[in-house]
Amino acid sequence: MISLHGLTKVYPGGVCAVDELDLEIADGEFFALLGPSGCGKTTLLRTIAGLETPTSGTVGIGGADVTTTPPGRRDVAMVFQDYALFPHMDVTDNIAYPLRVKKTPKTERHAKAAATAARLSLSDMLTRRPGQLSGGQQQRVALARAIACHPKVFLFDEPLSNLDARLRLEARTFLKRLQRELAVTTVFVTHDQGEALALADRIAVMSGGRLMQVGTPTEIFQRPATPFVASFIGATPMNLLPGDVRGDVLHVAGAALPAPPGLTDGDHITYGVRPEYTDLSASPRDDAFPGTVAVMENLGTANLVTIEAGDTLIQAVVPEGDEPALGTAAWAVPRQARALVYTGDRLHAPIPA
Amino acid sequence: MNGPMAPTGRRYVGHLLSRLALTALLAVVLAFFALPMLWLATAPFDATPGIHVSLPEFTLANFGAILDNPYALGSLANSVIQAGGAAALVVVLSALAAYALSRVRVPGRDALLYLLLLMSSIVTGTAAMVPIFELANRLNLIDTHLGVILVTSGGLLPAAIFILKDFMDGTPTSYEESARVFGAGPLQILWHIVVPLVRPGLATIAVWAVAGVWGGFLLQFILIRDPERAPGSVILYTLYTEGGQPNLSLIAAFSLLYSLPVVVMYLFVSTKYGFRFHGGIKR
Amino acid sequence: MSGDAAGLGRGRAAAFVLPALVLIGVFLVFPALWTIYLGLTDYRLTGLAAADPQVVGLDNYTTAIGDERFQGSLWLTVQFVIGSAIIGQAGLGFAIAWTMRDRRGPVRRVVEGLVLLSWILPGSVVAFLWIALLDRDGGTLNTLLGTPENAWLLDNPMLSIIVFNTWRGTAFSMMLYAAALENVPPSHLETARLAGASTFQQLRDVVLPRIKGHVLTNLLLISLWTFNDFTPFLLTAGGPEGRSEILPVYVYNVAIGDGQLGVGAAVSFLILAINLVFALAYLRLIRGRNRAEAPLQAPSGRGGG
Repeated sequence: MISLHGLTKVYPGGVCAVDELDLEIADGEFFALLGPSGCGKTTLLRTIAGLETPTSGTVGIGGADVTTTPPGRRDVAMVFQDYALFPHMDVTDNIAYPLRVKKTPKTERHAKAAATAARLSLSDMLTRRPGQLSGGQQQRVALARAIACHPKVFLFDEPLSNLDARLRLEARTFLKRLQRELAVTTVFVTHDQGEALALADRIAVMSGGRLMQVGTPTEIFQRPATPFVASFIGATPMNLLPGDVRGDVLHVAGAALPAPPGLTDGDHITYGVRPEYTDLSASPRDDAFPGTVAVMENLGTANLVTIEAGDTLIQAVVPEGDEPALGTAAWAVPRQARALVYTGDRLHAPIPA
Repeated sequence: MNGPMAPTGRRYVGHLLSRLALTALLAVVLAFFALPMLWLATAPFDATPGIHVSLPEFTLANFGAILDNPYALGSLANSVIQAGGAAALVVVLSALAAYALSRVRVPGRDALLYLLLLMSSIVTGTAAMVPIFELANRLNLIDTHLGVILVTSGGLLPAAIFILKDFMDGTPTSYEESARVFGAGPLQILWHIVVPLVRPGLATIAVWAVAGVWGGFLLQFILIRDPERAPGSVILYTLYTEGGQPNLSLIAAFSLLYSLPVVVMYLFVSTKYGFRFHGGIKR
Repeated sequence: MSGDAAGLGRGRAAAFVLPALVLIGVFLVFPALWTIYLGLTDYRLTGLAAADPQVVGLDNYTTAIGDERFQGSLWLTVQFVIGSAIIGQAGLGFAIAWTMRDRRGPVRRVVEGLVLLSWILPGSVVAFLWIALLDRDGGTLNTLLGTPENAWLLDNPMLSIIVFNTWRGTAFSMMLYAAALENVPPSHLETARLAGASTFQQLRDVVLPRIKGHVLTNLLLISLWTFNDFTPFLLTAGGPEGRSEILPVYVYNVAIGDGQLGVGAAVSFLILAINLVFALAYLRLIRGRNRAEAPLQAPSGRGGG
């Protein structure tokens, strides 16, 4: 188990990368730190590794306080974004390096390296240098090196970002399966929400050194706690529209929608609905945002339609065959069961039914 | 894009003329640079070497003259000791310093490096020969190999640190961090990871230091009076300036033998690592 | 990002840097400072003043500056720097780099190899090669030109060492300009050529603006090195009658030759000060360039023709 309490990291120069952060990660969990670049996720990972010393707060691994323990004694293994495979060593020596540092005899460590390599189907390239390997193979060697020393915790820094798009999907499936089999607590950093949703048991969304939301992929996708999370999660950004409460009606971008209970007259709200949960109507409706069709983007099995309503843009995903013509009037209908209402930057509970 | 317009007749003539001028220029440049070196290529193998270039009457006997001279062979050994010693000292000290400066944030680091580089480019042998002579005198370093090694190293170190720091800055820190997470200590990291990674840089520095000290004249000329300790550069100078008729067969053979290591080293570096161009590397 | 990737720690880092700093301090920085002190004394290599040097203030400086030999030497040095570095090395180096820019293959390799060789051969060797080349009796040049009895080193000592130093040092300029020319996008030159620009116009309008920084760097460095170059001593030893006694040779002759260490140190300090001006200009230049990398500049179009 990894437990972080009141963790703060301020860099010389005053940049606060991690700000009073509390987090518990359970044994065997596959945990994602997700956020835009500069949100502090990598600093957090490096602090768990011991490569950064926190300004204040504590880091615990497996029940022991390791806040001041040097990285080599924390029993963690890290895979770096660039893999950090030593270019002057062949695959065997790279995988065996952690064992070499632990003074394991040469034959033993080479045997272990070979066994680990076999598990990751690297047996054919044991004598190659990293420069002679493809990106996917390099990534597996880096994983093998991390596995070979049987650590308590795996730390992955953007493990898939250096692979091309097709390979990334393959490697994603592979990584998830490997983690299940090894059942070792794993923390990984990513800026790709799709990767986080696909891989993780739980996700922490970070911004400005703070946790915005921690939860399962389903929770985070369906009930993002703040407009920031809402806009960050999802393949197409969520429609976030300003509106006002008047009585029990929400007035949002020309639509009149039923207000959820608990709101007071005159409140300003942000109305959120994903393009996937927005339908198009060709005829006027009160509960829809009126506008004209401005842009159409083909997504393959569907189309992403952008409706221009005055200054605001609203996007809807329309199934193939149902595309409206460009320039025509259209009404974007939010599916109210999936829509979210934010007041003062927090999700207003309960969600409207 | 359209192809270029067909050249008109006048343009064609102009083109021809400019090509001709170019070839002539190349020929002159080639002659200018080759002419002085022809002697070095022919005279060592000429049975009766004169001062001008002539087709040699081939012989290797001139190299025998080196054995007869009391100082010639010894001076090459002195050159090896002095150049090798300085190179070893410069490589080890500059590698350690560059590594620490590259990896640990020290306040004023860049200013310090610039200051050192500034010093090394202004405190030339020319500008500092008087105090260096005095200093060596007082430290009893006159006529010692150590004196040459220390004085030349002092001048080479700033640029060596600067260049090596560049090399080290260019290697990602993730290699070292990775090793560190696996439990390697600082010295293990230095030896297992950093030294192999910057080996081309270390080789460049070594070759550069050897070449600099091997060919250097002024400091050695000032620091060493005893011909027993004098390196090749000083001995060669005394060979052709001492009174009487200079022994051309000895000078020719010795010049070639003394030049060869530097040339071989440059060839080695340029084929192995590609000729890396570092502005201001030669003092 | 991190201040200390390998976990070195301040203490170990200091221990790593210290030996180099000590060596530099003792054999580079200290001599420079000591030059200042020695220049203020009547220190001599031998005799009474050697045992008990007296501080004589600025006497050495006023003596040196008032000395005709020093003034002459300074003037010769200016000729040497302008003639061999700025005109000779930079001019020839650029000419070679420019003519070789599109060439690959044996011609380029031979030319570059020869130019480089003249740079890397040890000084005493090339000095003798040039003595042999320029010798009055049977030197190669006289044989070639059919001008026997022409004692180049005695009759034209300055010209000789200027040509010699051009030969010796062109390699650096050639390589620097070759590297600089690689940074001139071929499309820019082609645009200028399509617009009908002559070679001179191409050089002026397209090439020069892009390599301005390199040119300045080059001129400063080779001037600094040439200013401090002692190799001509091996050819002429400053003679005959001091007609090629450039400052480095002057300092040697005065300080070590005549044993007037104090005067030598004073002149050394003047050299240091001049070096400092060159070096500061150079450092300013490279720092300025690092701060603002020259933005991509479109060649000045001169009407689509």
